[in-house]
Amino acid sequence: MSMNPILEVEALTLSSRANPKLVHNVSFSIGKGETLGLVGESGSGKSLTLRAILGLLPQGIEQTGGQIKSSLSSAMVFQDPRGSLDPLCPVVKQLAEVISYRQGLSRKASHQAALELLEVLGLPLSLRQKDRYPSQLSGGQCQRVVIALALACKPGILLCDEPTTALDVTVQEQIIETISALQQELGFAMVFVTHNLAVASAMCSRLCVMRQGQIVEQGDTLSLLQAPQDAYTQMLINSVLPVPVLEGGEQR
Amino acid sequence: MLAILVLLAILIPVISPYDPSAQDLRAFLQPPSADHWLGTDQLGRDLFTRLIYAARTDLSIMVLAEIIPFCTGIFLGMLAGYYGKWMDNIISLVTDTFIAFPFYLIVIIVAFASGAGQRGIFITFMLVGWIVFARVTRGVTVSLRQQEWVASAQTLGLSGIRIMFRHILPNVLPQAVVVLMTDMVGLLVAIVTLGYLGIGIAPPTPDWGTMISDGQSFITTAWWLSAMPGLAVVYTGIALSLVGDGLADLWRRR
Amino acid sequence: MSHGLHIKDLTVRYDGVTALDRIQLNIEEHTTLGLVGESGSGKSTLARVVAGLIVPDEGIISLGDEPLTRKRSRAQRKKIQMIFQNPDASLNPRLSIRQLLSEALLFHGIVRRSELEQRCLELLARVQIDGSALDRYPHEFSGGQRQRIAIARALSVEPELLIADEPTSALDVSVQLSVLELFSSLKQELNLTMLFISHDMGVIHAISDTVAVMRHGQLVEINSKDRFFARPDTAYGYQLLSAVPKMPAGTYSRRDTP
Repeated sequence: MSMNPILEVEALTLSSRANPKLVHNVSFSIGKGETLGLVGESGSGKSLTLRAILGLLPQGIEQTGGQIKSSLSSAMVFQDPRGSLDPLCPVVKQLAEVISYRQGLSRKASHQAALELLEVLGLPLSLRQKDRYPSQLSGGQCQRVVIALALACKPGILLCDEPTTALDVTVQEQIIETISALQQELGFAMVFVTHNLAVASAMCSRLCVMRQGQIVEQGDTLSLLQAPQDAYTQMLINSVLPVPVLEGGEQR
Repeated sequence: MLAILVLLAILIPVISPYDPSAQDLRAFLQPPSADHWLGTDQLGRDLFTRLIYAARTDLSIMVLAEIIPFCTGIFLGMLAGYYGKWMDNIISLVTDTFIAFPFYLIVIIVAFASGAGQRGIFITFMLVGWIVFARVTRGVTVSLRQQEWVASAQTLGLSGIRIMFRHILPNVLPQAVVVLMTDMVGLLVAIVTLGYLGIGIAPPTPDWGTMISDGQSFITTAWWLSAMPGLAVVYTGIALSLVGDGLADLWRRR
Repeated sequence: MSHGLHIKDLTVRYDGVTALDRIQLNIEEHTTLGLVGESGSGKSTLARVVAGLIVPDEGIISLGDEPLTRKRSRAQRKKIQMIFQNPDASLNPRLSIRQLLSEALLFHGIVRRSELEQRCLELLARVQIDGSALDRYPHEFSGGQRQRIAIARALSVEPELLIADEPTSALDVSVQLSVLELFSSLKQELNLTMLFISHDMGVIHAISDTVAVMRHGQLVEINSKDRFFARPDTAYGYQLLSAVPKMPAGTYSRRDTP
């Protein structure tokens, strides 16, 4: 589909002993700066596919077929922001450590770089004076730190596993805006896993609908949602509960 | 393993031709042989027979002395965990105080105060035995109490006692039984230790502890007198622990 | 105003933090109030206070003409039932479905023993679960099925008010839809009054007659559903609604009207 794919997944099959087809024959590719959405319900294999790309499959699950070709490094943002941070390490220090490790900077320089990165992500400037522990930040702020951690690796591909599911709607909106803005600026490609079709449609240019480990339909986001070919896709769309449009015109 | 021991203890009068207290001074301190499987002691009593009769005393005391603390411990633990507040404060205060004392110190003091023998062991365990169960049960109950199904039972208007026994108890029991098994090992060792120190089971009733201490004087010439009861304690301990582990696995799978 | 649920000046404090701040709320008989708010806004606390699981520091809750006492009687508890968020934790894992359903029926003497089986089957049928479920255990069911069983159990004592605290948040979207449909049909058949809590505006829109918005322990807006979703009175209500991610235009064109 893309002319120069930076990530190609070909006929990926993941198996555990109990289930040889956790993920079966999944193929897709992403070009530079593109965002692909993997949507589906729980147990559809979307998160596993993501973990396979990252190379971090849970114990007992193995890749038994297909290949993953990627020309750039990837980093991941998980669903639970608090669980992804070390609760005993202040956030700026955590981020600085990753920066100094990945980019080989001195302690001072990496601390400076960490602060700049956190500022880009819209975290309060007070972190400049006083570092804080994850428990002292809100869920949305923690997720921003997690995104900063992922970006500190200068990834070519950002893998997002339900990054907004645990957050309140208003915070979700901000995080989505932040990720989109950063993508524009830094030009990384994204694989975005979510069960929320509306979020997927806001983020992704193309969608893969997954069910029971297989892709049932994939295509351009708008045409896929407006004219789904597969009955399962249609069912998913029908399950989205509509919220009426506010009167008085919206900006969005 | 445990089954073999219990079975032996029950069947011993049938299996063994000897009386555990019958002395046969002609055949004293004999090494293990076909007649006397584990040899005889200084008074010519058959060691194997005595060993198994001792298992009878020690195991039955162990079980009896464990039942009541087990029940009271679970009950008090559930009360503390379920109702919290002042109930929890009082019960936790008591358990913490007891835990601060070394276990054997209490056992020895009580054993001396009430005189040697089974009564001392029972009294001690009524006093201290429930602590472990109360603490474990309290912990489990506190975490179960946060579960939504407990809240839903409350909104259904069920009484506190009913929720405790019908809903919380079955969820607490597995952990408590596993603790029971390990605790029994501790109790067994305590009984044997007291016997060894001479403030436990009074002779001539056979008991592993007294057997070990009696055999001590002949350790160089007749090593089996002390070694066999010692091994019996180890065997029972391992058996009980294995049963505990097995039960834990069984419950986890459900 | 004699029927329905009335809440007056309800206040709850935890260690100096005010979780609920002088809440005033009425739910008319046979209507559903949708309670929205972000995490930490106090909506779950409110639900638990109404259900009698938390004793309020101040304020009066009354159901119909009867003010609910601090320590509720069995009869009072029976009238208010609650469905919880987490389907994994809402049923005691060690009891069979039969035991779960019959427990309250027998305890309150609602049916005789001879009618018990029949009644349990009726309850299961009401939530569209097959009767063969009776002798199985909660872990044998999916999240959506467990939530249905929890509903059947709550209905067993014939409540007047049903509180649902995010009952569909942990479920997949397609399952969520069917559970919501179940709530709607039960509400109609049984004339229930409902307090339905969700952070999902789509869910609230689908189920409510009236919408109440909570923030920082206070009730900031109460409005009819149509008015709230078209022209919310408060800026916060507007902010909440506009933050909801929307599906692209034209997506619903093929949607069958529910």
